Amino acid sequence: MLVDIQNLRIAFTSRGKRFEAVRGISLTLGREKLGIVGESGSGKSLTARALMKLLPKTAQVSADTLRYDDVDVLKASERQMRRIRGGRVGFVLQDPKYSLNPVKTIGSQIDEAWREHKRGSARQAKQATLDLLDQVLIRDPKKVYASYPHEVSGGMGQRAMIAMALAPNPELLIADEPTSALDATVQAEILRLINDLVEKRGMGLILISHDLPLVSHFCDRVCVMYSGQIMEEMAASDLMNARHPYTRGLLNCMPSLMHPRDRLPVLAREDIWLEETAR
Amino acid sequence: MSDRMIEVADLRISFSSAEVVKGVAFEVARGETFGIVGESGSGKSTVLRAMSGLNESWDGRILFNGEAVPKRRSREFFRKVQMVFQDPFGSLHPRQTIDRILSEILLVNRIGEIDRRINKALSDVALPQTARFRYPHQLSGGQRQRVAIARALIAEPKVLLLDEPTSALDVSVQAEVLNLLADLREEHGLTYVMVSHNLAVISHLCARVGVMQNGLMVEQTSVEDLRAGNVSHPHTQELRRLSVELEDVPAEPSSVSQAKPGA
Ligand SMILES: Nc1ncnc2c1ncn2[C@@H]1O[C@H](COP(=O)(O)OP(=O)(O)OP(=O)(O)O)[C@@H](O)[C@H]1O
Ligand SMILES: Nc1ncnc2c1ncn2[C@@H]1O[C@H](COP(=O)(O)OP(=O)(O)OP(=O)(O)O)[C@@H](O)[C@H]1O
Ligand SMILES: [Mg+2]
Ligand SMILES: [Mg+2]
Repeated sequence: MLVDIQNLRIAFTSRGKRFEAVRGISLTLGREKLGIVGESGSGKSLTARALMKLLPKTAQVSADTLRYDDVDVLKASERQMRRIRGGRVGFVLQDPKYSLNPVKTIGSQIDEAWREHKRGSARQAKQATLDLLDQVLIRDPKKVYASYPHEVSGGMGQRAMIAMALAPNPELLIADEPTSALDATVQAEILRLINDLVEKRGMGLILISHDLPLVSHFCDRVCVMYSGQIMEEMAASDLMNARHPYTRGLLNCMPSLMHPRDRLPVLAREDIWLEETAR
Repeated sequence: MSDRMIEVADLRISFSSAEVVKGVAFEVARGETFGIVGESGSGKSTVLRAMSGLNESWDGRILFNGEAVPKRRSREFFRKVQMVFQDPFGSLHPRQTIDRILSEILLVNRIGEIDRRINKALSDVALPQTARFRYPHQLSGGQRQRVAIARALIAEPKVLLLDEPTSALDVSVQAEVLNLLADLREEHGLTYVMVSHNLAVISHLCARVGVMQNGLMVEQTSVEDLRAGNVSHPHTQELRRLSVELEDVPAEPSSVSQAKPGA
């Protein structure tokens, strides 16, 4: 098992009031593609960050288990975690451009990620980076290599982050909305690339996304989150037939190219979904 | 008053000698919504930024309400034409609370009833009142995007330029935002230009769509023709094919989902 999370809780205190953003999440991951979908603000990104020990200092974290492979993340030192991040685990953050260093070129940042793991020469690193940029369908890899983050488009920044996360050949890729800024043709190609890595190299994948059809087509398993909890978990191919009323409500809100509607239904959120089920 | 709210003609934009927008033209009628889709890196955001007055180095013509706008826009222009940026994190001041971000635009434009307007703007985009005194980094990605939408709406603009406004939202909040945009268009005759990669979202709100590739608008089509597949450019056809494929729902459940208690 690559990831084992049991009863994860994350809370913040603001203006004297404690607010629990993640309320007893349990999930495990093997060499597979796990999708996480759900409400905006339900704790998807916080859960992913907790696993990499990247939460803000103000976050109060507890868990019965929080393991990455053989590492107890709760007890691990910052040095240990740094070796995992950007090495054994690639992490594509939700705001790609703001996770890139604004004063370094994109090429030099991917070079660094590659050398962290491969220990090759500067020339080898550059060649590997150009190859990666080409694989994520950047039209002009040399130009983007020399560009600063503010000089590329939203989707190019996202692809640079993906290239950087994949550069050290990670065992696990955590991707938080990695394709939200990509057109369908580029998205299809990137997913094919990720799928190859899962199938050929046994990489694990946690894919956080709001795109239900995409997760349903691409992932093996999916967790649906609402207000800090997992509402239901199922085979991804069954997502379109989900039974929980929250998930059903979500599916019903989607606009469609082929079946237009005048007005989109809105979700009637029910109090019972807020009740804690983990304890 | 012209019934053509927006006119863009032969728009060209370069960055250090590389031309990235190579002569783009389109028109949007008052109260209409024009969608822009197309390849990542093709110049969509660059077109919107030039229209919004944020980037002052472009060539060609941009007209709002029948009047050609100068490179440097007036304060009045910035109130009437608002933009929602693709990167909400980058467009929100990191050291200002949401309350400050929203009140500032009202103060600058001398608009009163600040408290009432902020409360309404937050609830319009389904943000809890608790978000009001937080900083951008204390919100989730989708909550930040909603702040950006609230900020664009709060000063009651006439034109909204929307760059991927719902890409960080779950589909339930997306539905609320799309309904809100449709209502405002109906009630106040707002005009929108919306960039999105999601053809379902575009087709829901827009009547016409422009498709961009490599700095050019390679095709303009009505949403009906897009839906019916009456499109001629290969890039449009490819985007449509992939979108239709994803919408294809597997008919038979292969196993039963395990709903947790509370269901
Ligand atoms: N630093 C922080 N301080 C206080 N609250 C926070 C902080 N970071 C996140 N939160 C809150 O925790 C909740 C969960 O946030 P998280 O970013 O995990 O949501 P998410 O599921 O990723 O949502 P989205 O789909 O919008 O990205 C949200 O309500 C958010 O406002
Ligand atoms: N400040 C800048 N300096 C140099 N080049 C830039 C700058 N801003 C944008 N570009 C280039 O202009 C081109 C178009 O970028 P733009 O952001 O408009 O694309 P886009 O269509 O919005 O793409 P996406 O769908 O990925 O957001 C890209 O090649 C980008 O690298
Ligand atoms: Mg998130
Ligand atoms: Mg863009």
